[in-house]
Amino acid sequence: MKKERTLWNDGTKTVAASLLSILMGVVFGGVLLLVVALCLHMPLSSAWEGFRIVLAGVFNTGRNYDAGSALTFGINARLVGDMLFRATPLIMTGLSVALAYKTGLFNIGAPGQYLMGTAMAIIVALSLDTTVIPAFLVWLLAFLAAIAAGALWGCIPGAFKAYLNVNEVITSIMTNWIAANLVTLLFDGSQFINNVDFGKTGYTLKTSTNGVATAKMGLDFGGGNANAGFLIAIVFAVVTYVVINKTTFGYELRSCGSNKNAAKYAGMNEKRNIVLSMAIAGGLSAAGAALYFLQGDVEFYWHTSMTLPATGFNGIPVALLASCSPIGCVFSGMFMAYLTISGSQLSTFTAYNEYIANIIIAVIVYLSAFTLFFKGLMDARKKAPKGGDKAAAEPAGRGTKKP
Amino acid sequence: MAENYVVEMLNITKVFPGIVANDNITLQLRRGEIHALLGENGAGKSTLMSVLFGLYQPEGGEIHMDGKRVEIRDPNDANALHIGMVHQHFKLVECFTVLDNIILGVEPNKLGFLQKKEARKKVVALSEKYGLLVDLDALVEDITVGMQQRTEILKMLYRENEILIFDEPTAVLTPQEIGELMQIMKNLAAEGKSILFITHKLNEIMEVCDRCSVLRKGKYIGTVDIAGTTKEELSRMMVGRDVKFAVDKAPAQPGETVLKVSGLTVPSKVHHNNAVKDVSFEVRRGEIVCIAGIDGNGQTEFVYALSGLEKASAGKIELCGRDVTHSSIRQRSKAGMSHIPEDRHKHGLVLDFPLEDNLVLQRYMEPRFQKGGFIQREPIRAYAEEMIGKFDIRSGQGPVTPVRSMSGGNQQKAIIAREIDLNADLLVAVQPTRGLDVGAIEYIHSQIVQQRDLGKAVLLVSLELDEVMNLSDRILVMYEGEIVGELDPKQTTVEELGLYMAGAKRNVGRKEGAAS
Repeated sequence: MKKERTLWNDGTKTVAASLLSILMGVVFGGVLLLVVALCLHMPLSSAWEGFRIVLAGVFNTGRNYDAGSALTFGINARLVGDMLFRATPLIMTGLSVALAYKTGLFNIGAPGQYLMGTAMAIIVALSLDTTVIPAFLVWLLAFLAAIAAGALWGCIPGAFKAYLNVNEVITSIMTNWIAANLVTLLFDGSQFINNVDFGKTGYTLKTSTNGVATAKMGLDFGGGNANAGFLIAIVFAVVTYVVINKTTFGYELRSCGSNKNAAKYAGMNEKRNIVLSMAIAGGLSAAGAALYFLQGDVEFYWHTSMTLPATGFNGIPVALLASCSPIGCVFSGMFMAYLTISGSQLSTFTAYNEYIANIIIAVIVYLSAFTLFFKGLMDARKKAPKGGDKAAAEPAGRGTKKP
Repeated sequence: MAENYVVEMLNITKVFPGIVANDNITLQLRRGEIHALLGENGAGKSTLMSVLFGLYQPEGGEIHMDGKRVEIRDPNDANALHIGMVHQHFKLVECFTVLDNIILGVEPNKLGFLQKKEARKKVVALSEKYGLLVDLDALVEDITVGMQQRTEILKMLYRENEILIFDEPTAVLTPQEIGELMQIMKNLAAEGKSILFITHKLNEIMEVCDRCSVLRKGKYIGTVDIAGTTKEELSRMMVGRDVKFAVDKAPAQPGETVLKVSGLTVPSKVHHNNAVKDVSFEVRRGEIVCIAGIDGNGQTEFVYALSGLEKASAGKIELCGRDVTHSSIRQRSKAGMSHIPEDRHKHGLVLDFPLEDNLVLQRYMEPRFQKGGFIQREPIRAYAEEMIGKFDIRSGQGPVTPVRSMSGGNQQKAIIAREIDLNADLLVAVQPTRGLDVGAIEYIHSQIVQQRDLGKAVLLVSLELDEVMNLSDRILVMYEGEIVGELDPKQTTVEELGLYMAGAKRNVGRKEGAAS
């Protein structure tokens, strides 16, 4: 009983710290709206409207123009569905970063892995003839091909780290840009480009043109974008949690992450574990990409040589906000998607644009790096250092007189 | 009561949640004396010193200096009262010179421009006066631990501190450096400085101290004059029972060879020379063979090569007749080698893991602890409970205690429990009692002897002369990567051993032209 209680306390503290980051981000956003309103001589009531949309974006149902254009709120199934759909790849890249982090690695290579997954998913989904092979099988093959590509892309920094002791951050940044250029090269002049629609350039064909689309599995949400991909992401989160916490493999990964030297001393193959951990992380990122682009109705802007997908980078704040807990990633991923939707509602229904939502996300991301710091503060307030001989390290002079 | 006390800590009580770290403790320091503060790990020594240094505010009690009551709210107050402290882990800026470190924070300046010449003159004068040899222009990262410590002492003297606190200063020093430090402390006391010496090493107290105050589990036990006491009495006060210093053991009855090392050579990571040069020896069942030597003479590299953490460049290691020279760490472990590592935090434990996970660090993949790749929590917990009982590992929450929160002695007990329970033919124990108090040392020594008597081969690597002399059945002295002597502890003296360790004598190996 005693043990569960302490674990619960620790978990609560982690959640509380994350919520604190979020709260501070939202407050900052409110202040920002106010400043913008003042600068642009807009009524303060507009700032209040903006703030309400930021808070409840997904539940915004537009404006009621019959009642003085007041904002209306309620269940907006379509937006909820959109949120789940956008959350899906974020959860996956978050899992990717979290898993690598458990092994002591910082996977900043998620964008590159995500891109490789995107390219493979689209190419396989569009090139296999669905009149010969059933569409769901093509979907599966595309999904698996994406994972394989991402895993390979994750392996590279992992192998450099394990065998040559090159910092994975540096190699990951390089593999990111290699992926960005490689993908452009792959699509340039290929048969997968959409040359037909309204003179649009730079986009691939939708996978639904070949009849490949993720099943809805009942997640309809008023015809929104949601589909079974979200459920698959949750399954991945649960599996990741089980692998990390319940298996001997996860035990090895955590040992390597927590103390590489002790893992080596105990006879674990820490080099193999580093490579495997990065490969799995890469596979997770790429799976996220596949779940997003195999939805069927999404076009991929393939001129990626100058930009890396934000979804990849956003895996870092998703993981941080979740304190690298796989289950937590589901919630933090949904939260990030929620804010994105809020941003688009903001630009649709108020004079403010979605960049304000982006700034709020940025502030929360920034503060999420402090999650551990907040947690530490809470720890320090709860229990002063134990009376051991070596507890003299930090000045805890103030207010230690607590019962 | 008319005695001239320079510092008096009267009835100090310091409470942390769940524990009374200092319970009504009184400590009186005379001017010009070396006063030892003795106690086991966790007895409350550091807490008491932190109160004196202003890091903690006590719940009860007063501090008097020269008979007047003073308030010490933070280390700046302590500094103003001329109280200085050398911490166990030095607080020096690695990439600064010795001189820069000494004047750091109190740099003499004119209009904001540094006046280093003045400072240098003052520091040189101090170092000559007290025999504190330092190279003022060397970078701290390049100098020896002993010189770093002298830098810390000069820092205190430069600030004109009169009360000097030394927190376990000898834990990081070689025997020679310890000797030098003892002399320095005597010089300081002779010049009228008052010294508080925190330690749990009884020999050092007997050598330099005038008086000794003993703490046990946060309580004040008493203060004694060193001239009128013995090591045995001090340890009884510290531990609360009689402690045996001599290890109780029957003569060794060596059996078949378990470990055979021949011509082992290991390259060094820091210089181009080999760290271990052509080392050969055998360890048989039922004997404790000890590799003695001053720190940094190749022992660490030798153990790394033996355990598989690093590769040897030449030579052969045979374990129970099997060639394991090129085997992985796990293969060696399965072939019958267990290893109590030198650095328990670096290699021995995953500090953030609970105790139970640390106890199965090499055995998590055994069928009893996993099924189809899934960790079996119940058997692991049961096993941990069993180990905790068998080896008396004390921890706050039993098997789920994070190892980081356990005391050093209990962390070491956890490692020893794990390694002994592997039931391997060869036990390699590297500095198994480093930094531990007498009670824990006694226990660990008895465990090692028990393993020998059970017919295991034990290879001990130690820097502590007492441990070498007491525990081993055969001593191999390592000097600059070579085995330079094989001694029988019953027929040799500490002095003779010291000569071998310092490279002044040798009785085995080549006389000249040693491997380069």
